[in-house]
Amino acid sequence: MQIQPILSSLRKHKIPAWLIVLEIALACAVLCNAVFMISQRIGEMHLPNAIDETGIVDINVQGADPKLANADVPRDLAALREIPGVKAAAAFNSVPLSNNGWNSDIATGPGELMQKNAPNVATYYFTSGGPEALGMRLLEGRLFNDAEYADSKLGDSYIPTGHAAIVTQSLAARLWPDQSALGKQAWVGNDYHYTVVGVVADVLRPNQNGQGLAGFHWAMFFPLSPASALNDYIVRSAPQDRVRVIREATAKLGALLPNAVVKGQTFSEIRDKFFANTRSMVWMLVLVCVVMLAVTAFGIVGLTSFWVGQRRRQIGIRRAVGATRAHIMQYFQTENFLLSSAGVGLGMILAFGINLYLMQHHQMVRMPWYYLPASAIALWILGQLAVLGPALRAANVPPVVATRSV
Amino acid sequence: MFGYYLDLALRSLKLNPVLTALMVLALGLGIGASITTLTVLKLLSGDPIPQKSARLFHPEIDPLPAQGYTPGLTKPPWGGLMTYTDAMTLLHARKSERQVVFALTGAKVKPQRADQKPFFSDGVMTTADFFAMFDAPFEYGSGWNEQDGESRARVVVIAGFLNDKLFDGKDSTGKTLRINDHDYRIIGVLKPWAPQPRFYALELGGRSYGNGDAVFLPLQSARADKMNPQNVNCWDTANVSQLETAPCVFVSMWVELRSASDAAAYKTFLSNYAQQQIALGRFHRPEVVLPDVMQFLRDEQVVPDDVRLQAWLAFGFLLICVVNTVGLLLAKCLRRSREIGVRRALGATRRAIFAQFMVESGMVGIAGGVLGLIFAELGLLAVRLQPAQYANLAHLDVSMFVVTFAIALVASLIAGLLPAWRACVVTPAPQLKSA
Repeated sequence: MQIQPILSSLRKHKIPAWLIVLEIALACAVLCNAVFMISQRIGEMHLPNAIDETGIVDINVQGADPKLANADVPRDLAALREIPGVKAAAAFNSVPLSNNGWNSDIATGPGELMQKNAPNVATYYFTSGGPEALGMRLLEGRLFNDAEYADSKLGDSYIPTGHAAIVTQSLAARLWPDQSALGKQAWVGNDYHYTVVGVVADVLRPNQNGQGLAGFHWAMFFPLSPASALNDYIVRSAPQDRVRVIREATAKLGALLPNAVVKGQTFSEIRDKFFANTRSMVWMLVLVCVVMLAVTAFGIVGLTSFWVGQRRRQIGIRRAVGATRAHIMQYFQTENFLLSSAGVGLGMILAFGINLYLMQHHQMVRMPWYYLPASAIALWILGQLAVLGPALRAANVPPVVATRSV
Repeated sequence: MFGYYLDLALRSLKLNPVLTALMVLALGLGIGASITTLTVLKLLSGDPIPQKSARLFHPEIDPLPAQGYTPGLTKPPWGGLMTYTDAMTLLHARKSERQVVFALTGAKVKPQRADQKPFFSDGVMTTADFFAMFDAPFEYGSGWNEQDGESRARVVVIAGFLNDKLFDGKDSTGKTLRINDHDYRIIGVLKPWAPQPRFYALELGGRSYGNGDAVFLPLQSARADKMNPQNVNCWDTANVSQLETAPCVFVSMWVELRSASDAAAYKTFLSNYAQQQIALGRFHRPEVVLPDVMQFLRDEQVVPDDVRLQAWLAFGFLLICVVNTVGLLLAKCLRRSREIGVRRALGATRRAIFAQFMVESGMVGIAGGVLGLIFAELGLLAVRLQPAQYANLAHLDVSMFVVTFAIALVASLIAGLLPAWRACVVTPAPQLKSA
């Protein structure tokens, strides 16, 4: 296929040619960035969370008398464990993805508070049986023993008085890179420090708390004896039992604590609520991409059809002097390929520029390079599909057209 | 002449119904998407208290230790929350027209009727000036005075919707309401009041849009009854049971000032306060900030990033649609070179040809606008079905209605310029000859 005649013909139709190039460039630029945003958000929703997500429910109790917590919490837990199908239950201060969390700056030594190297970490406190209730996965070391649960109280400072803690693997890597975290001391302020006894697979925080995606797994776990701050009962059962467990648990606790407000929900509901906005943004972005590609495709169809109509005579002459249908098809396909190439070339530069702008003014990170060729290929394919109809019509122009004056 | 152009345009549009439909559809989609996101953006970045927003200021000081301090670069942390000590000192200094200090709390309300279960509602623990300062209107009764706060009186102002729920909307002043297991006397009922965004609660741990708060309690009384603020930030090991004296920030302060010069004077006063505290050894950082309402909303980035991204995206999309329409209009008009040649030969001026084509693209624009309006209504319907806090506020208003048609017309006329220009430079002779 010779490119020279196509180029000289395009030179005669500069404006429509430029319009197609411009439309493809804009579509390419928007597509790159939108797809990147979609993939970022999907990645966020699929971050690993090493707990039994499909088996746990959260029974939240608010407004009970704090002075009675020492007696109430063990009694409530005993009642919850009696419910048929319940495998484990424990009281927690907060729940992953519940958007209601406790956070502390954690340092590797005293006096480092307020310094940049002390990351902000979500702190989970739970009573005996917490790891089993949540379904945490131990990677190194051990879980807490009974003495550690009994020793640890929540003082007026809301910091546990015990001396043991468990960290997630991401937090261990952040605090002690390239070393084992076991046996290390983690400091909260200048007065409290804890020996790391175990490392667990990554668990998500209640929310990012301004730490970004990198800090979404920075969580630390402390043993605690019953306290009024432990408002969430995490109850684990088989997935199909969850709804019944919630019904029975809220009824039981409601009767035991008539003054409190008791609310139960599955962890799946907590997760759905947390990512609801993210999910709707993903759908909106997908919708925009699809409609945009459709509009671009129709634009190409429209302009190419017009060209075909305009060149019927020329096509007829070519057919009359020996060009096959395939030749005519190839002519329009190659023409579209050239225009698309110019479009995606321009579009990739534009896409990169938009990404830079969004990085400066919005919470956006640099787009990986492969998004550019990927959306270029997508638009090439789109262009070829769009041109197929008009090209076929062109190929069907009979040679006899050449002999008629239109 | 205009009527004739309209007729010509209609005929030409009818000649290629598919192409016309494509143009109108593309333009409609672009406009619909833009208007939907614009409406949401406008709604979210609106002025919550337009009559006063330039006179309300949020004093911010920095109580953090010297560690981690970079002169000139460090801003007061946590959205300008204050310690109780500082806020009360500044409140009692009375250097402004009105001043108010408050925090949010989850208030457990126990209805009098035995058949209703206790529930949690949004509470504001505040000093007396809150209602006058933020123009919260009363249906019944009134607020409390400073004396009530100091003497820890158990009085409460409730929102209209709570009054409807508990007392069927009747005047409930004088009745008691059990809040966090203490009896509070209702002294006022508010008319519906819910500024959007809920600017006064942004850094206190509440939501940014949506319903108003339900109960309003004197700060000192609520704290004496152990109601806890929703957002507490401490920079050192703190005794949380004694928040008032702990190294923690949890209250927000707002002041009302009469003029810009008063604001400058107040900022100097704040600066002096910070310097004085540095001299006493309590503070280590002299930076103070005094944003007004709109500046505060910008600082706190109240409009979600996703919403702004959506607006950009929609305008990118509109641009693609306009380019698309330019292309299709141009294709149509180039096809009609012969018709133009005939009209020119019969005496039509270039201006007349230009006008004819602009009318045609204008018609496409109006049709696109109508379609865009339908798409925008559908889009906003979709937004209302979203789980976002602001969802039920998303409605098309009159100004947006006008903007839709302005955008549609401008977009289509811009789209029509190039084809119309191409049409009017057609020279008649060759077109006639080739026929």
